[in-house]
This record gives sequence, C-alpha cells and structure tokens, in this order.
Amino acid sequence: MILFFILPISANAENQSVSSTKLIENASELDGDTVYYSGEIVGDILYRGDYAWINVSDGANAIGICIPASEAKKIEYVGRYRVIGDTVSLTGTFHRACALHGGDMDIHTEAINVTEKGHTVEDEPSTGLLLSAGALFLCALTGTILVLKKRL
Amino acid sequence: MSGLTTTGLCLIQDMDHLSNGINMWRHLLTFVGGQGMVVLALTFLTKGQSDAYKMYVGEAKDEKLFPNAVSTSRQIWLISLIYLAIGTVVMTIASLSAGLAPDRAFLHGMWIYMSAWSTGGFAPMSQNILYYHSMFIELATVVFFVVGSFNFALHYAVLSGKRNELRRNIETMTFTVTLTLLTLIATAGLMKNNVYPNAVALFRKGFYQLISGHTTTGFMTIYAKQFYHEWGDIALFAMIVAMLLGGSACSTAGGFKAMRTGIIFNAFKAEVKRMLLPESRISEQKIHHIKDIVLTDSMTKSAFLIVTAYMVTFAFGTLVGMFAGFPLGMAAFECASVTGNVGLSIGVTSAAMPAYLKLTYIVIMWLGRLEFMSVFTLGAYVVRKVGRKCD
Repeated sequence: MILFFILPISANAENQSVSSTKLIENASELDGDTVYYSGEIVGDILYRGDYAWINVSDGANAIGICIPASEAKKIEYVGRYRVIGDTVSLTGTFHRACALHGGDMDIHTEAINVTEKGHTVEDEPSTGLLLSAGALFLCALTGTILVLKKRL
Repeated sequence: MSGLTTTGLCLIQDMDHLSNGINMWRHLLTFVGGQGMVVLALTFLTKGQSDAYKMYVGEAKDEKLFPNAVSTSRQIWLISLIYLAIGTVVMTIASLSAGLAPDRAFLHGMWIYMSAWSTGGFAPMSQNILYYHSMFIELATVVFFVVGSFNFALHYAVLSGKRNELRRNIETMTFTVTLTLLTLIATAGLMKNNVYPNAVALFRKGFYQLISGHTTTGFMTIYAKQFYHEWGDIALFAMIVAMLLGGSACSTAGGFKAMRTGIIFNAFKAEVKRMLLPESRISEQKIHHIKDIVLTDSMTKSAFLIVTAYMVTFAFGTLVGMFAGFPLGMAAFECASVTGNVGLSIGVTSAAMPAYLKLTYIVIMWLGRLEFMSVFTLGAYVVRKVGRKCD
C-alpha cells in the first residue's frame, strides 16, 4: 500500500530535471548532489581516452557532462548549424567546481539515455535575403575597385 | 560594435547552432577591430601621407614604428599576420588534443586565436572557453592574449632583437606589478570564501579570469552568474580594478592603459621626491618606453585627463545600470567590462536588458575604444556646424 504511493512520487521526481539556470544560480546548495538533467547535445563529443566530455544545453545554458567514452557511442547527432542534436537525459553527481577537472562546473555520470534522436533542419535563405546579399556584395566590390583605381 | 571595439559582449541567441559563416564574420570583426579600422584604411586604401597621422592617432594609437603613419600601419598588420599564422597552428593543435575533429579544430583554433590576439573575447560556443574543458587551450589562450595586449612598438622592438625591452619597458613593468597585486587580492578573496578546491582550480578559474579581465580579453572559464553568486566582494573588486586598468597603449587592449598607470605612478613619485629632497638633488623623472623619455607635465596632464574621462564614464554607466535595477556590484562590474572593452559579464548583458542600457553600453564601448578625444572632437565639430547653420 505504501509502495503504491512512494513509487509514483519517486518516478515523478526523476522526471523533473533540474535546469541549467538553477544549477548555476544555486551551485553551492546543489554541490555534490545527485541531479537529473536533460537537454540537447551541442558542439562536439570531446574524447579524452577512457572518458569523454559532452556539453548538454537545455536552451538556457550548456553544462559539461563527463561520461565514459563507451556511452558516447550512443550519440548519433550533435547540435550544430542545421542540426538538432540528440536529446539526452542523465542522472549524475553535480560539482560546482570539480576538483578533478580544474574547477569546472560539471556533472559526472556513468550512463546517458538518448530520449529523442536528433535530425537535420532545412534552412534555405529567402530570395529577398539572397538578392540583398548579392546587391551589397556588388556595391562593396564596386567601391573597392574604385578606391584601388584612384589609389593606383 | 562589440566586435569592432573588441569588447566581446554578446547578445546572440542560440550561439551553439550558428553557421561557420557567421562565426567567421564575428571573429574577423574582432580581429580587424583589434588592428583598428583606421589602420586598415591606412594600410590598404591610402596613397598619400596627408592627414594620415591625424587619422592614426584619432584611433588611440600614437606609436611611430616607422617615419610615417602608413608604414607604421602596414607594420602593425605584418606583425599581426605573422602571429595569425603561428597562432592558428598552435590553437589547432590544442583543439585537436581537446578532442575536436580536424576541420572543427582548424576553424575553432583560428577563431579563438583571432579573438585572443585581438583581446576580443568572442568564442564559437556559448560556454566560451569553458566549452573545451582543456587546460592546454586555456594556457595557449593566456599566452596569446597577453602578447596581444602588448604595445605594437614593443613587438617590433623584440622582433628586431631588443629583447631587453620586455624587462625595461614601463608598460610591461606596470602590468607585472598590477597583475601581481591584483592576483594576491583576488586569491585572498577566493580563498576566504573557499570558492575553489585546489591550486589548479584556483589557477584555471581565478587567475585565468583575472588575467583575461586585466588584458581586457574577456574569455570565460566560468558562467557569468558565478562571479556574482560565488566570488565575493574582494575578488570582484580585484576584477573591476583589473578591467579598468587594462592592457598596453597602442595594442588591441582597452582600459586606462599601462602606460598611463605608469606615468601617473612616476608623476606621484616625482612629486614626493620634490617634497622630500633638496632642490640640488632633484633630477628629471624619466620613464623607459623603447627609449628613455623625460616625464613632462604635459604627458602627466594628458594621462590624468584620459583616466578622469574613463572614471566619469564608468561612474555614469554604473549609475545607469543601477537605474535599470541591478545592484551596485553587478552594475559596476558590467560597466567596468564595457568601459575597458573587456567583455566579461556578471549577468547584466542579455537580450532582455532594457534598450536604454544597451544604448548606454554601445556608446561607452565606442568612447572607450577611441579613448574619448576623437568622439569629443566629432561632437564639437557637429555642434559648431549646427550652430553656424542656425546663425
């Protein structure tokens, strides 16, 4: 009967990930705590031998996550221009100023869970934008040629 | 304005998804801005010498490496391009060791070098230098932004074989003294608050941020709000003073400049000597910058004028920040960063900040970069023109 109440409560707590803003602004209070964090992987997977760094952004800030190199193999997409990276969730130990990693604010975790695969995004510039860029380029080119002609 | 003045404060949303094209544009802006738009014009676009020198000094540069301003400007570019080639190679290697793929390592390496040399502070990712979690990258950037904050005349002297100049120059000596003192103050503040767990962390966060601020670079290895929530008033005080003092004159750095700090210190020293010693024992006060220079009243007056202008601008910008609702510490930190064209943020600068505060910071960045006189002259010219038209 008691478990009937406790299990949904603990599952609910795990689903409520802490935000990057809360981690940064309450870093001293959360230092050393186990936190649940989720977001999009951005940039690069930075392999360092047995472990790897990934930077996970929840839209407000990106936080550095230290994971075993083997876990990084689960990642297919990293967020870049025209690419939305894999969304991952993880439970790990939060460090305000990690003694192992030169004082970096980071989360150490043994496992990540890819909750949503990333994908590419179409981003074609509009015709108006292309025409404006072309016109500006021609103006700049003309101006440069005129100045150099005058100089010579 | 932030790129061209090499301030480095950023309002871009979603930087982690920016295209390579926009990142190249941002970092080129800061590289060119560090050289100076007028230097660019003098190097590539001018033929004659008339009024070239006036344009040159109007951009807060007055070093004459060569007999004329055009040749001096070209020399500045040559020095910068040589360093660009070397720096890009070093930063690419550092980025590869940090785990980036070769193509990304080259681009990030080049961009970070451009930003370090120009003491701009832009970086391709939203976490700035913290993104890489790499001591190699941090150390390499320290070398390049410290070198970038040196006077171009000093670079030329050292590259010409006068290595002694590094030790004797008033600016390097002043910078060494102020950096040492401020490091001690910041360290005391950070240790008092137990901010970092060990010496390595203190170096990679505390010292790194301080030297980044003092050279007016603005690279960050912590999040902006951590300054306010964790560092404490003593360390923040050291940061504010460091950002206002700035780097060397005729360099890519901002702030009061080490030359002026050195001149003011020597002026005080001379006055004290005058009061203490008999007249027969008083000799001319000299400073060494490439050569020995007699410290004149005119030089002292000029130094005090510009430093006063900086302080008034800083006070005004801090007041506007407080009016926008930020506490004194935050407003002062952000304004010191803007006035000195540093680019470190304590969390004030954001897309959501009031428009009048954005405008205030834009004007202050511009004033700080041009060191006031050009802007005042332009203002006076406009007022006179308008006045004549009304008459």
